[in-house]
Amino acid sequence: MVSALQMSVLAVLGGRLAWLQLVNGRRYKMLSDKNRINVKMISPSRGGIFDRNGIALAVNTQNFRVLLVPEQAKDIAGVLTSLQRVIVLNDAQIERVIKRAKRVAKFIPIEVKDKLSWEEVSKIEVNLPDLPGLSIGVGDVRSYPYGGATAHVVGYVGQPSEADLGEDPLFTLPGFRLGKTGFEKRYDRQMRGSAGTKQVEVNVIGREVRELNSQPGAEGKSAALSIDIELQKFVQEKIATQKSATAVVMDAHTGAVYAMASHPGFDPNLFTHGMPADVWEGLLANPGHPLTNKAIAGQYPPASTFKMMTALAGLRAGKINRNRTVYCPGHYEYGTDRFHCWKSSGHGAVNLEEALSQSCDTYFYELSTEIGIEAIAKTARDFGLGRTLDFELREERPGLVPDKAWKMGRFAERWQPGETIVASIGQGYLQTTPLQLAVMTARLVNGGYAVKPWITGYVGDQNLTQGKWPKMSVSAKHLALIKSGMDMVVNSKTGTAKGSKIEDPAYAFGGKTGTAQVRRITKAERAAGDRNEDLPWKQRHHGLFVGYAPYNNPRYVCAVVVEHGGGGSASAAPLAKDILLETQKRAPAKNAIQGIVDGKVAQRTNKQQTKI
Amino acid sequence: MSSTVKIYSNQTIWDKISHINWGLFVLILMISGIGFAALYSAAGGSFSPWAARQMMRFVALLGGMFVIALIDVRWWYKLAWPIYFIGFAMLVVVEIMGHIGMGAQRWIDLGIIQLQPSELMKIAVVMVLARYFHAATLEDMRRIPFLIVPALIIIAPVGLVLLQPDLGTSLMIVMAGVSMFFMAGASIWLFVAGGVLAASSIPVAWYLMHDYQKQRVMTFLNPESDPLGAGYHIIQSKIALGSGGLSGKGFLEGTQSRLNFLPEKQTDFIFTLWAEEWGFLGGCFLLFLFGVVFMYGPWIAMKARHNFSRYLAMGLIVNFSLYVFINISMVMGLIPVVGAPLPLVSYGGTAMMSALIGFGLMMSVHVHRDSKVTRV
Repeated sequence: MVSALQMSVLAVLGGRLAWLQLVNGRRYKMLSDKNRINVKMISPSRGGIFDRNGIALAVNTQNFRVLLVPEQAKDIAGVLTSLQRVIVLNDAQIERVIKRAKRVAKFIPIEVKDKLSWEEVSKIEVNLPDLPGLSIGVGDVRSYPYGGATAHVVGYVGQPSEADLGEDPLFTLPGFRLGKTGFEKRYDRQMRGSAGTKQVEVNVIGREVRELNSQPGAEGKSAALSIDIELQKFVQEKIATQKSATAVVMDAHTGAVYAMASHPGFDPNLFTHGMPADVWEGLLANPGHPLTNKAIAGQYPPASTFKMMTALAGLRAGKINRNRTVYCPGHYEYGTDRFHCWKSSGHGAVNLEEALSQSCDTYFYELSTEIGIEAIAKTARDFGLGRTLDFELREERPGLVPDKAWKMGRFAERWQPGETIVASIGQGYLQTTPLQLAVMTARLVNGGYAVKPWITGYVGDQNLTQGKWPKMSVSAKHLALIKSGMDMVVNSKTGTAKGSKIEDPAYAFGGKTGTAQVRRITKAERAAGDRNEDLPWKQRHHGLFVGYAPYNNPRYVCAVVVEHGGGGSASAAPLAKDILLETQKRAPAKNAIQGIVDGKVAQRTNKQQTKI
Repeated sequence: MSSTVKIYSNQTIWDKISHINWGLFVLILMISGIGFAALYSAAGGSFSPWAARQMMRFVALLGGMFVIALIDVRWWYKLAWPIYFIGFAMLVVVEIMGHIGMGAQRWIDLGIIQLQPSELMKIAVVMVLARYFHAATLEDMRRIPFLIVPALIIIAPVGLVLLQPDLGTSLMIVMAGVSMFFMAGASIWLFVAGGVLAASSIPVAWYLMHDYQKQRVMTFLNPESDPLGAGYHIIQSKIALGSGGLSGKGFLEGTQSRLNFLPEKQTDFIFTLWAEEWGFLGGCFLLFLFGVVFMYGPWIAMKARHNFSRYLAMGLIVNFSLYVFINISMVMGLIPVVGAPLPLVSYGGTAMMSALIGFGLMMSVHVHRDSKVTRV
């Protein structure tokens, strides 16, 4: 009886064994593989960013660090003390490593110190035999050789935020960085590459026992920009003479952006190498908004640079021609309101070219009452104002071109005729970005093509350059007339920017000044003749200038805004002069952007470079 | 209780040796051999740290087994009570000053070997009960007062073992003891009543159980509820077993064990390791060997001439089979993880010692099957 019981229990056990191993064997086999096989990611290296001539703007530099594998170092404290005799290492760092060694598995390397200098690396290498458990590791760190000069355009990389996580398995890798701003953000996906995987057999504590299978990922793609870094640097240094300013240099025909600078800026390397807290707080507190790319995200009243739009709307409407004059007594009466010209003594009788070159407000006040806001707004939009331009950098803002419908939608109020008058000289609700002003200028001087700005030349071997733009429905005669007025701004004796004239006719340029009020000038101030320079910085006018060069056959356009810099002719025009002169000397348009082949700047274009 | 036995033997030492169950010996060798192979594999293909030590222990304890086998069974009859009391005393000692280990006090460190008195007690209880029931008549077995003493024989050590606390061993002593009642002819109703009593005591037992014991029962009922905690053992063991399939992953190829996913692979979960590497065929082969060993119990008992020998042989084999069943059921997830080794196979000295003592006694019964044990 006992034996029978024993045998039946044995049978039950055998049956159970069959159930587990034969019936469910496949399932458990899978679970067992899941247990032992760990898929590890191999992080791809991020693609580089180059300027149009193949000069590196963003690269991966090797970050040398000294690592400690606890199980190889018998006496961790002893080894670290020995290391202290070789490189600078404070006690807090040692304590951190010892603490960490207690928490993590003994075979996982712990970073003792990173960003080692070459000297430190070699010192450690020499002493390695006496430093058991230590080794030198290399990691990628994003580096921006031109620092602040490319901070806004190229942008920077940073750790993925909580919200980003889950988008790409790569983000979970320690030390992974993704593009946060500028170009780094725009083409992040392409430059990031994709993770390779490595199947490894691991034991219960996760140590790799052997590699089973590996699948290489794709390295990140490199990119070439339309930027000319030497010009970019020049522009950045130029505008850095002001407290807060921004400038864009663009090709009038292709839309290629050659330089885009915003000051104050910051050193993007701080974001990848570690930002001291006081520097960060300084950046946030700076009234010049150093983290903002003001060339595309700064929205300013276009002021007198908008007068070309009002003028062209008038020409299109047939209300004005070359010869029509308006008498400027220094102000314009509309109903009971008086609108002042900047020149209180008045310009006398002025025609269109004179009105532009001398920036007579009264001319445009009167014109605007004849054509109305809708006509002005339409022309402004035709020329790229009031909406984003599909520029690659995501920080781009749309600006604002107001009209009746907008005001009704925004304030539920009717449009007032006085608001048209204010808009005619680029004040009031109007908001434009410097990039939009550059585009507006380009469309005025390139023969009427609806050029749009771009910065991306190549991403990987994909050619993303642009150059063919649709012809706009605008009369060549009208454009010529406006350009003539703009030529006179700089080159005539009475032009508002005559002081910035380039004497060498080969480099001469034209343009338009603008002085944007940031607050209303009160009657009392006007009567007292208060000078703008005496106001607190934040209340002073913005100085603007849009320009093109060479003036007889424009190739380059630029827009300069000096925040609270006072009058455009005094603050912005001199900067534009230097920028346009340098641009013409460097002549970036003569060089095609160097392509990218296999992640490297193509060879053929190097020859091209030497040819010129 | 005062009884003396006249020990008289006409067997020479060579007669005795020739009567040793060599078949059983070969089976023990085979099962232990499987153990050595499994331990060699558990160490990742190395004799150290487990296989070599286990082999040395085995050889030494095998000598002890033969010595026990050659000692006349009547001596064992005489020594039953002294052994029981020594064992009991040791349990008390463990309770008072035992070492702390695995949350339970179980060992006495004898220097060379860590002795677990509860292991010794399992054999002692069987011996004493065999002796007590030796002269019992069927009428005796129907009288409840007659059964009070043997009940106390079981309950006293079980109480101490429970205090340690070692639920697994307590249950095994109870089961081995109760099976002896049954073999000696106690009424089937007694077992029914006992079963009802046991069932009704479950709530009380639950209340008295340590947290870790409750945890074990709970995770047994639903191991997946706590996959990284206490249920981990059972899940990993089932994965290891199941992934072995029909023919196993091959010697030294058991990934679950080799990569340490399997806990306690050299002790309680040695069967898992074996069946992972050798599959269903290997597992069944080991079960078959155990089955043949179990058959030796009734066979030896049948040939014995008197009750003490019969009860002893049967009690010992029931004890041994309980070990096997509990361990294998445990690793297959049929019962909670109670922490019982697989005799002869698992790494560890105490378990091997008690198994070989048990076989030594069985062999002694066989060798001296013709001796008469009489109450004088």
